[in-house]
Amino acid sequence: MAAAGGIEVKLIGAWPSPFVLRARIALNLKGVEYEFLQEKFEEKSELLLRSNPVYKKIPVLLHHGKPICESMIIVEYVDEAWPAAGRAILPADPYERALHRFWASYVDDKLNPSGAALSKAQTEEAKVEAAGQVIAGLKLLEEAFGRLSKGEGFFGGDDIGYVDIALGCFLGWLKVTEKTSGVKFIDEEKMPLLARWAERFCAHEAVKAVMPEPERLAEFARKRAASAKTPPAN
Amino acid sequence: MAPPSSDLKLLGSWASSYTHRVQLALKLKGLAFEYAEEDLADKSPSLLLYNPVYEKVPVLLHRGRPVLESVIILHYLDETWPEVPLMPADPYDRALARFWCHFVDDKLGPAVGAVFASPSDGQAAAVEQVHENLRLVERELREGAFAGRRRFFGGDKIGVLDIVLGCGSYWLAVFEEVMEVKLVDPEAFPLFHSWLRDFEAQEEVKAIIPAIDRLLEYARGVRQMMLGLSTRQQ
Repeated sequence: MAAAGGIEVKLIGAWPSPFVLRARIALNLKGVEYEFLQEKFEEKSELLLRSNPVYKKIPVLLHHGKPICESMIIVEYVDEAWPAAGRAILPADPYERALHRFWASYVDDKLNPSGAALSKAQTEEAKVEAAGQVIAGLKLLEEAFGRLSKGEGFFGGDDIGYVDIALGCFLGWLKVTEKTSGVKFIDEEKMPLLARWAERFCAHEAVKAVMPEPERLAEFARKRAASAKTPPAN
Repeated sequence: MAPPSSDLKLLGSWASSYTHRVQLALKLKGLAFEYAEEDLADKSPSLLLYNPVYEKVPVLLHRGRPVLESVIILHYLDETWPEVPLMPADPYDRALARFWCHFVDDKLGPAVGAVFASPSDGQAAAVEQVHENLRLVERELREGAFAGRRRFFGGDKIGVLDIVLGCGSYWLAVFEEVMEVKLVDPEAFPLFHSWLRDFEAQEEVKAIIPAIDRLLEYARGVRQMMLGLSTRQQ
């Protein structure tokens, strides 16, 4: 639904970022055309710094030039700004909405930090502890899936919703971490619902074109680690 | 006025600003509810049952079903009882309100808490963090999205951001006294200062916020305990 004079929706982001992926999936679900402004990795653009002076982080959605920041806030905005397009991302019932918001917050407040702790863990002991935390978190989400999906294929029911987006964006990086750590996080036997959901999510029309392949993410991570070890040239 | 039985129960803690947020919203909406005080040092079976993930207050029970996390509760109340709206109507204004609510809980709140927890040699750095965050709010009031608006972030009446930022801002005065630091200089933060004064003058707010003497006594007690702990660790 591009404006006659040009693209009225722009997304400032970077292809490896799971948070940026959230915004892209939401826009795709609503069929909104947008211009993707890829940030350079070494240097933040003037536009980003101006649009998100508080956090200076991606993603930032620009709608008619007005910035919206924070990935899940962007998702909710997309849901509300294009209410007639596609399908509702959040359910209609206030109690269901509260449940979805709770579990999406859980992903950001607890699960993601445990994942970050895992990647920073130095000792074997610390890695085991951190991996345990991630798995415990995923187990709660396995249970939540049962409650929220109501027997359908996604947290959102018969289609991708708010919690699917919040959690699903990490699946690419999760696969990378599984390879490098040797730990299976979403084990088919222990978390059958999430295992099948993960496949469904990654294969979804709104996701597959924008979710980077794990190999590409792994290569990106390798390059990043290598350049971090090299001291910057003066 | 509230229907005869709105079936609302709030598990809370008298000194918790997160609890105050919900109490204030309930008051603004004219909703009757039953209140149960939680002793956070000795959590009730109810609290553990209804909030197994975090074991925290506030917990709102509506017809026996729990709603968790203060901001999520505020959204729930607003969506279930839309009269006396707390959220703005326009999607962009809603995204802005959500962003700044997130900022309060993600940045400003923890910075204020860090001042309180800081040892004396860390205090200056902690205070500077608070000032840095207040400067962001002040700038937003002066020249950002909220510039030139009426009395409150919500317009002429208190809205969700006023509630979230306001319930907690009274700790600034308490910490200023207990820690003997200046956190909100009216000359450095004139707009924030006048907004807070207007907020605290509202009848509903005065009815909810505990008397400053009680808060001071509570803060002094916690500070003593923290200092006592740290000396024992040495």
